[in-house]
Amino acid sequence: MTFVADNPLATPLTRHLPLAAGLLLAFVAVPAFASDYVIEAILLPFLALSLAGLGLNLLTGYTGQVSLGSAAFMAVGAFAAFNLEHRIDWLPLPVSILLAGLTAAAVGLVFGLPSLRLRGFYLAVSTLAAQFFVQWALTKFGWFSNYSASGIISAPSLHVFGISLDGTAGRYLFALSTTALITLFVHRLVISPIGANLIAVRDNETAARVIGVPVLRTKLAVFALSSAIIGIAGAIWAFAYLRTVEPAGFNLDRSFQILFIVIIGGLATVRGAFLGAALIVIFPLLLSRFTGLAFDGVADAGVLKLIERIFFGAVIIAFLIAEPNGLSAILSRITRRFTR
Amino acid sequence: MPGAVLRRTGPAYLVDKTDTVSPRLAAVGAGVVLDGISLSFGGIRALTDVSLDVAPGEIRAVIGPNGAGKSSLINVLSGLYQASAGRVRFGGRVFSAVPPQELAALGVARTFQNLALFPGLSVADNIAAGLSFRRLSGIWGNVFSLPLARQERAAHQDQVREVADRLHLTADLDRLVATLPYGLQKRVELARALVAAPRLLLLDEPMAGMTATEKAEMAGFVRAARDRSGLSVILIEHDIGVVMGLSDHVAVLDHGVKIADGTPDQVRRDPEVIRAYLGAA
Ligand SMILES: Nc1ncnc2c1ncn2[C@@H]1O[C@H](COP(=O)(O)OP(=O)(O)OP(=O)(O)O)[C@@H](O)[C@H]1O
Ligand SMILES: [Mg+2]
Repeated sequence: MTFVADNPLATPLTRHLPLAAGLLLAFVAVPAFASDYVIEAILLPFLALSLAGLGLNLLTGYTGQVSLGSAAFMAVGAFAAFNLEHRIDWLPLPVSILLAGLTAAAVGLVFGLPSLRLRGFYLAVSTLAAQFFVQWALTKFGWFSNYSASGIISAPSLHVFGISLDGTAGRYLFALSTTALITLFVHRLVISPIGANLIAVRDNETAARVIGVPVLRTKLAVFALSSAIIGIAGAIWAFAYLRTVEPAGFNLDRSFQILFIVIIGGLATVRGAFLGAALIVIFPLLLSRFTGLAFDGVADAGVLKLIERIFFGAVIIAFLIAEPNGLSAILSRITRRFTR
Repeated sequence: MPGAVLRRTGPAYLVDKTDTVSPRLAAVGAGVVLDGISLSFGGIRALTDVSLDVAPGEIRAVIGPNGAGKSSLINVLSGLYQASAGRVRFGGRVFSAVPPQELAALGVARTFQNLALFPGLSVADNIAAGLSFRRLSGIWGNVFSLPLARQERAAHQDQVREVADRLHLTADLDRLVATLPYGLQKRVELARALVAAPRLLLLDEPMAGMTATEKAEMAGFVRAARDRSGLSVILIEHDIGVVMGLSDHVAVLDHGVKIADGTPDQVRRDPEVIRAYLGAA
């Protein structure tokens, strides 16, 4: 709720101009001018991870429920979308994606039940159950991967309304549109009174319950919604980015990666997920360029990978100490300086 | 002494207990009855067989030394602690265990001894949280701004504005609550409790840590709320001046036992109270 009249200078036009420019850039300029490498290696993983971060941020940043099961819900979404596309021929792609989200929501609801009793660290540990159970189930039961011998299946061909999206630009536009729509949804949610309920549950659960905020309902709804979004992110990851569906990519490392994205980007901000994902995707690429130049011929690939990981971890720790509110807070400071 | 600032203005019918409560007040506020409440933590008996009867429109202070069980009493009333014996009656309903998530719907609101606001929300959103139990619109309605959600949002905004106006918080509505000074935060918590027009208000040291001026203001807000809607108030407070000036009746707890209950004058003269509490202070 806002009560004080907005700054008259900040008309809807000037306020929405950066967003409009960004969307124009993303939807028109990028597919027209960006190289395949930029789209395949940077933008596609960026979009999928941003979306997953957005989903987790609803749960962890806004509602205060720490989860280490994100990759499991990505896997559920990816495998559900694969099976829907594979088994129900006539299902349009957007419907498959939506149903995959619903499937992930149902699984998320089940693994969200412990949140009604557990908090903080204990809840985080209980979400590990989702992580291990889902990976186990997907590997154990061949039905999920259509009895493929290797467990790795290639993603189905993508098309909407008869238009093929299998090309680089097509897959990019598919990932971008999905991410944009869900981001709009989440934005509208968090600025609504329901969004205030989420923060109330996070900030003081006891007070929230006593003044009548439906705490249990809110937690379960957020677990479902967050899992649905993360599930759709998983489907994009597998269909648009990797072009394969396999359980191995959705491991605990991935869950931690998404948690880092949210923390580095900024908890309880919509743009935080995008900033965090950008860093997580671009930074290792830059780093490997750098180590490639600096240590060329000195160390083998394994050692290089290790150096990168150590350096990356150190940067994250330093960053969290210097700016616990994440990239989003830094961006706020910069824009404030320029608008003043 | 603050008593000079805070004259007692309780309606006469509440001071003599010969039930001449106006039918309107009886209908609006239904009061609360505690019957034989006991509570213990391991070996510690926090409350022993405490009974209390608060009439509609009455401000009832609960005083006592540190650890006497005052907060425990309010926590039992709001369902955060479960009494090992005894019952609570709000209006027409009797509970041996009060369901905390239904408290607001039962017309009971409370504040906490230690601030229990939502630091990540604005003052307006903190206050509006006190109305969320009435919200019928859900996630979809709010995301897509369907008519019901829009109506509810407008109605709730009006209620928030109205209570903010009464508690002089209008200028701060858009501020993040964590940026307010302590005294104002206490006031926001009172606004959050009052916004849904409860029939029973439980205040756990609402004036602790305030300056004398802030205390007088706060006492004025509590009294005005009572006068306006005839709600009942249970008020825990250490400042005897405030207590004597504001309350119609005072109950005294010591080591979990109610040792006195009466008008401020009666309690002030009670030898056991003087020994247990006032004398020690
Ligand atoms: N959650 C709890 N767990 C264990 N013991 C508790 C708990 N809450 C209260 N107690 C104990 O119950 C007794 C009464 O505490 P209570 O907080 O009700 O006192 P109080 O009258 O509110 O004191 P104060 O004036 O300091 O706020 C104390 O001995 C306290 O240690
Ligand atoms: Mg207390």
